[in-house]
Amino acid sequence: MRTWVFIEESLGRPEAIGFELLAKARTLDTDPAVVYLGGGSDEIIAELGAHGAATVYRIVPPEGQLPTGRAAATLASMAGTYEPELLLFGLTPTDRDVAGFLSAQLGLPVISNAVDVVVEGEDVHVINEIFGGTEIVESTFRAAPPHIVIVRPKSFTAEPAPEAKTPTVVDVPLEEAAAAALTGRHVEEHEGPKLEDAAVVVAAGRGLGSADQLQLVERLAELLGGAVGATRAIVDAGWIPYALQVGQTGKTVKPDVYIAAGLSGAMQHLVGMKDSKLIIAINKDEEAPIFGIADLGVVGDVHKVLPQLIEALESRQA
Amino acid sequence: MNVVVCAKQIPDPASPYHLDPETHFLERPADQILDDTDRYGVEMALQIAGPTEGTVTLVSMGPAGNLQGIRQALAMGADKAVVVDDPVLRGADALTTARVLAAAIRREGFDVVIAGTESTDGYTGVVPQQLAGLLGVPALTYANHLEVDGGVVRVHRQTAYGHDIVEAAPPVVVTVTAGVVEPRYPTFKGIMAAKSKPIEQLTTADLGVTPEVNQEILDVRPAPTRAAGEIIEDDGEAFRRIIEVLEQAKVI
Repeated sequence: MRTWVFIEESLGRPEAIGFELLAKARTLDTDPAVVYLGGGSDEIIAELGAHGAATVYRIVPPEGQLPTGRAAATLASMAGTYEPELLLFGLTPTDRDVAGFLSAQLGLPVISNAVDVVVEGEDVHVINEIFGGTEIVESTFRAAPPHIVIVRPKSFTAEPAPEAKTPTVVDVPLEEAAAAALTGRHVEEHEGPKLEDAAVVVAAGRGLGSADQLQLVERLAELLGGAVGATRAIVDAGWIPYALQVGQTGKTVKPDVYIAAGLSGAMQHLVGMKDSKLIIAINKDEEAPIFGIADLGVVGDVHKVLPQLIEALESRQA
Repeated sequence: MNVVVCAKQIPDPASPYHLDPETHFLERPADQILDDTDRYGVEMALQIAGPTEGTVTLVSMGPAGNLQGIRQALAMGADKAVVVDDPVLRGADALTTARVLAAAIRREGFDVVIAGTESTDGYTGVVPQQLAGLLGVPALTYANHLEVDGGVVRVHRQTAYGHDIVEAAPPVVVTVTAGVVEPRYPTFKGIMAAKSKPIEQLTTADLGVTPEVNQEILDVRPAPTRAAGEIIEDDGEAFRRIIEVLEQAKVI
């Protein structure tokens, strides 16, 4: 099946989910293509080739403009020329924008939040998990190709192809479309391992009580060489940056150990962490849904348990 | 500045959700609440329409039920509502939803359309972008800060690394996160006033939209469950058990 993967360049690097999608695309198409929104240096093109891209359609974003609408218009025009059958996007802000605009322009549906894609003859079946991952829904398109699918992060494992390719690079000029101006960019500083790559994640929820109590999870994460994660509630409350949000609208993580401190486990949070290898939960409320998926659940006060845990780990390291 | 807010009534997320076993559509009781996500959009709309004496119109698609959720948004201060409720829209996909909303919004006219980034019950998260595409206007998405300055709408667009500052002159579609503004609670006066605010109910025929079936659910099955874990009550020593488990997992 003629499969394209859309990949956005962000801060000079391809979005990590792009390589996950390429790993899947290789199983559906011997010569998958990448639609790359970014400068796409020679090194990056070679890297995409190493992950199996046979062709790279490079769209250089316009200076000073949010490129989403125009990238979608460009993709729509390319779809008419090259007739791809399956377009894979990642669940990232820009990918969602481009997929949505493209869907409107082509008049074709998009299925979002996919965790797998199965090709049955000419049909594309999309697998979704709903209700916090407790039920699996399999659906299919009843519309002409290209089929547009948005995939959740960590649904597939990124790895180089058995044989690297040297991609054919096609530079595609941007089509016109209504566009917003991009006038500034704010990049937050970040220390320690990246949340989505960390072997240990210590996540905080509203049960911590206040922003100054975050030092408990920060210290624990530091002692375990891990990263701090957060629920949407405390991100929205302004305690912690969005970049650390785990869940439906944040990051998806699958660490070796996930420690949930003072968070109840709303469905939107569970979908972002339920596939962690080992889940330890500390919460005062024994009815909290997080205990339903925890390997070890401690019914107790995070303000007591975390300091004891931190002290014990500190004395081991001393 | 006239603002349209896309507002959705959803089953209360505090109660477990169920799919209809035959249609696989989400069961929707008559009592539905305003999606919490939309309270931020309503508040933002009130704040930008207010100073210019613009109108705030709610546009909603889905089973109207007893309209409790819509009245919640009217009680916050929105002026009126348009609710598209049509049995042919049961199980509608995101594109169909966007087409219906676009038709209703064109009928109202707008300077700014505000929507949440995704609904809490369906969370496809693409309807606002489809809407912008259908309306032919830019989309300022994932706003965690919004200001109107000299007739231009400027937002901080939340990204994985921080935020981008993006702006456009109306007409424009904006999606807002819960961080964008602190929503007000309806006052008693607001709740009383909401009872007499106009709510227009429309069908797809009224809008001249013919819904298409774009996708089909083939199967719904239970996901493999995790084996039940060990639950202990903290007696002051629970941290020792956590240490043991961390040792077994070889992270310490």
